[in-house]
Amino acid sequence: MTLIHLAILLPVIAAIGIGVLYRYYRRIHLGWFVLPVPLLIVIYLFTLIPRVMNGQVIYETMQFMPRIGMNFDVYIDGLGLLFAILISGIGALVVLYSIGYLSTKENLGNFYVYLLMFMTAMLGIVLNDNVVMLYLFWELTSISSFLLIAFWNTRDRSLYGALKSMIITMFGGFLMLGGFITLYLITDTFSIRGMIDALPMIQESPLTPFAIVLILFGAFTKSAQFPFYIWLPDAMEAPTPVSAYLHSATMVKAGIYLVARFTPLFAFSNLWVWTILIVGLFTMTWASFNAIRKDDLKAVLAFSTVSQLGLIMSLLGLGALSLATGANDELFTVAVVAAVFHTINHATFKGALFMITGIVDHETGTRSMKRLGGLLTIMPISFTMTVITALSMAGLPPFNGFLSKELFLEAMITVLNADFGAMASVDFLIPLVAIVGSIFTFIYSILIIYGIFFGERTHNTPKEPHEAPALMLISPAILSLLVIVFGLFPNILSATIIDPAAMSIMASDAPLGTHLAMWHGFANPALWATIAIVIIGSVMFYFKDKWMFIYDYHKEAFTLNYLYDQGLMYSRIGSQKITDGYMTGYIRNYLVYIFGFFILMGLITLMNTGLHMDFSNFASVGIQEVILSLIVLIATAVILITRSRMVAIIMLGSIGFSMALFFVFFRAPDLALTQLAIETVTTALFLVCFYHLPKKSRHEERMRFKFTNFIISLGVGVLAIVIGLSAFSNRLFEPISEFHIENVYDLAAGGNMVNVILVDFRGFDTLFETFVFAIAGIGIYGLMKLKLKRKDEDNEEHAEESRI
Amino acid sequence: MELITIIISGILIGSSVYLMLSKSLIRIIIGTALLSHGVHLMLLTMGELKRGNVPVLDPEVSNYTDPLPQAMILTAIVIAFALTAFILVLALRMYKEIGTDNVEEMKGVPHDD
Repeated sequence: MTLIHLAILLPVIAAIGIGVLYRYYRRIHLGWFVLPVPLLIVIYLFTLIPRVMNGQVIYETMQFMPRIGMNFDVYIDGLGLLFAILISGIGALVVLYSIGYLSTKENLGNFYVYLLMFMTAMLGIVLNDNVVMLYLFWELTSISSFLLIAFWNTRDRSLYGALKSMIITMFGGFLMLGGFITLYLITDTFSIRGMIDALPMIQESPLTPFAIVLILFGAFTKSAQFPFYIWLPDAMEAPTPVSAYLHSATMVKAGIYLVARFTPLFAFSNLWVWTILIVGLFTMTWASFNAIRKDDLKAVLAFSTVSQLGLIMSLLGLGALSLATGANDELFTVAVVAAVFHTINHATFKGALFMITGIVDHETGTRSMKRLGGLLTIMPISFTMTVITALSMAGLPPFNGFLSKELFLEAMITVLNADFGAMASVDFLIPLVAIVGSIFTFIYSILIIYGIFFGERTHNTPKEPHEAPALMLISPAILSLLVIVFGLFPNILSATIIDPAAMSIMASDAPLGTHLAMWHGFANPALWATIAIVIIGSVMFYFKDKWMFIYDYHKEAFTLNYLYDQGLMYSRIGSQKITDGYMTGYIRNYLVYIFGFFILMGLITLMNTGLHMDFSNFASVGIQEVILSLIVLIATAVILITRSRMVAIIMLGSIGFSMALFFVFFRAPDLALTQLAIETVTTALFLVCFYHLPKKSRHEERMRFKFTNFIISLGVGVLAIVIGLSAFSNRLFEPISEFHIENVYDLAAGGNMVNVILVDFRGFDTLFETFVFAIAGIGIYGLMKLKLKRKDEDNEEHAEESRI
Repeated sequence: MELITIIISGILIGSSVYLMLSKSLIRIIIGTALLSHGVHLMLLTMGELKRGNVPVLDPEVSNYTDPLPQAMILTAIVIAFALTAFILVLALRMYKEIGTDNVEEMKGVPHDD
């Protein structure tokens, strides 16, 4: 347990204290007590920057479950530190913002406990070296995200969204665990660094594609890539601070982190590289295309988040490509730097945009762009911040989004110069798709600004709009300021954070010496691409009404949501149908399953083992035994075919007495005695019951049932005979009763061996047999005497009670 | 002789299965009684039949029938009896309470095929 472990676990420890505090002290908003936690962590993490800058890594281990290799191994390099600072830094701003956003009437205790739990989980993911431990924290983010989305748990939409995100991210999480275990099978270690050391084993192993696919499932579900992005728009039912924190800045980047972290392991593989690149690019374009038609501000931002995550993912794919093909090494380095830089930028501007949306929602009462408009003069501060952040998102100068977008376009266009062998003929698609996606990004960014602040005042909002209180404006203001600062002075980031992170993604020790600048000169193709994007985007935005009809072709039935809902519904209906199909409630059907299974298993066993029968060892047959056997057979046949219950009972008695005679012939006097006595009592009992039983004793079966019954009983009977014969023919050991016979007098002082076995050698059987007898007696007494459920009884309440 | 008893016990077991699959509760109980007979006979057969004298110590005899299966069957007979008696009374009580001995009607909804 070192300081860094404590820092990761601090939010959860604080959560305990917060919960107790909230119980007894409510005068001050709970958020103020939460705020120091992320602040402390972010300050501590800042002190680590110089060490990481100089290429040092911090590695601390804490034994958790050493026997299975699951230890809390903290490992801090550039990549982990970048994410940890984002998490704790934006966490602090979100806590500050939530103090203004959530009123003290809400259940703040729950909110902050979930939020702190989430913070620990995220820090645990990004600062971990042990993949099993990483998985543990990974699922903790899913759980705390589920709790936060369903914070207003009386709303149906919240519950729906929470469940959806839970199902999808847990599905991916489980598959990811499978991927980790596969990696363990290959490399025999759970440590990520250990796996990187064992890289040759991964490159040679045939299991590697499985591991890649499974881990990508985890990353794509968490980071809302196509086709798993559907949970993110529905997660917007969460309180806005949660959306800002989880669903734009941190949790959805867990998948990005995972891909970046495993890039040194899998970058050699074409499967990994191309999957990430293609899925990322497609997600980016598809989501930005869909963002335009949404009216709800948060839905637009959700799709925008999906799109930007796709952008980062595709950049990571492109970066890994440099390792995979070795083509154009330097220029692909640009892709990794762009990915890291855009991760930071996206966290700043998207967090701010969500917070502004929350302010607009808070001050006007609606998030629908149909009802908003013309708020420019009423909310000037919010407007300023929206312009800064939305233009950064669109990729315009002088904001930080422009720089990373330039790097993105530059990297994508450079693909044309590289040689990918078979893919070379279609590689022009990559920059094309990227530019198309950027055009849509530009359009919806403008749409957000225009939809809220320009146009007619609708006067249609539930509340009279006015500027937000200062408390809510601080956090987005800080983020907007960062957008400008990172845009104008990008090099304060390049050496301190971006380079170490890019180096850990590329697993290289050589310093990159990245130098970011706003102006690259006219020779840079990305500049012309940006200009084209702005022009085309502006034209398309102006003639928006002319082409919006294409969204009408995108019917509800073709969306992935529809597929998900239908799939969920049909899996429920299907499983119900299957269960209803065999759980009929009729005892006969269950007996048919049981006996049918018995026959099946018997047949399989016989087929596999073969049959050995030995008829030489049988005893002689006497005439009286043959007659007795005939009696038994005839009586059995009569029971089966008779319609009279009386006849059946008498035949059963005759079989019982024949059994007693069998015992006589087979030299078992005690058995014969007992059988005689018991058969008499049984028959008497049947006869006593006889008068109370219904007049009609047989219910006619249908022919089909009769036939099935016949087949099954025939099968069971034949199987019993076969098993009996083969068991009789294959004796493996001498009987142990030699011991009983020899010692019956010496040890137990008795002559009747059966009795001595019953009460001496195996007396316990007899003891519990008498218990069975006693219990049966008590049960019968109870059945006869206790008559609680009587409808005509006076005490109705009592009768009701007994029915339960 | 063992061939005959094994076949008889097989027939008893098969018949008991047939009876247990029927609708009438009393036939199901008769089926369980038959099943116990079949199993007892099978148990006795497995201990080999007629291989010696009655298992009571006698200085003049050195060859006894196996006493162990007999002790086991004795236990089984008593338990089977206790069970049969209990089920029988249970069936009686059921009939008095719900007015039918048809197991398919005990579910409360009619058989649909």
